Amino acid sequence: MNAAVDSTLKLLIVDDSTLIRRRVERSQRFDRLRLVGSAADGVEALALFSRTDPDVVTMDLTMPQMDGIECIRRMVALKPSVRILVISALADKATAIEAMASGANGFLNKPFTERQLNEALAELLR
Amino acid sequence: MLHERELKVFVEGTTRFFEVAAQQPASIGSPYLMEEPLALHEYSGLIEVSGRREGVVCFTAPKTMLAVMLMKMHETDFGHETMRDLVGEVANTISGNARRDFGNEFRISPPRVLWGDTPPIDPRPGARTFVIPIHWRSHSAKLVVALC
Repeated sequence: MNAAVDSTLKLLIVDDSTLIRRRVERSQRFDRLRLVGSAADGVEALALFSRTDPDVVTMDLTMPQMDGIECIRRMVALKPSVRILVISALADKATAIEAMASGANGFLNKPFTERQLNEALAELLR
Repeated sequence: MLHERELKVFVEGTTRFFEVAAQQPASIGSPYLMEEPLALHEYSGLIEVSGRREGVVCFTAPKTMLAVMLMKMHETDFGHETMRDLVGEVANTISGNARRDFGNEFRISPPRVLWGDTPPIDPRPGARTFVIPIHWRSHSAKLVVALC
């Protein structure tokens, strides 16, 4: 007898904006992802990360308590295989390079359309 | 001091936000120098700027406009906390996008939100404070930019 296999990936959403968290939750790619938590700052995100062991994280950068870059570094140190999509308004190249060097796998600038979000998530899950 | 040509960065950022996030372009009025206290709308999102430039970016809008923006963003919650979230996110996005031109030494704070009967804001001492009028559908809002 075959046991059912859960092929979905666990998703953690990190953003201090509830609107952005809800937009990511509504994403069309969500059928491949299973939401395991949402956090509004880096400290809360790290606590949830340890508790829920996500495979995929969407990460804001400008947040109270601990910024996204530091949070990415700590998450990657805990789980190198985690896939992280940065979703940020910070639009300079240096920040994108720093985020990727810290361990992020993708970068999506705010504001974004539904299509851009879906494409960024699809690229991350490829 | 903020120069007129630098204002273009914020005008373009505002235009982009409405076009992409609210799915309908805004019409931007002629920016003007703020010389007297300015009355704020019901909700305002403020970003403190530090680093190579110092100052503040403030997006202020009436509740009715924010409600329509939320509808266009497929939101179903039009409560106070969502309105607060939206003005903060608009101010954050426009300020963060400005780093494309100003670079990463243009540091921005997380948004601080004001609402209700708030006193008018004064021109920032030592900075040229500009007001950028925003017209979207039948609504009007303002972006205030004061940078030294």
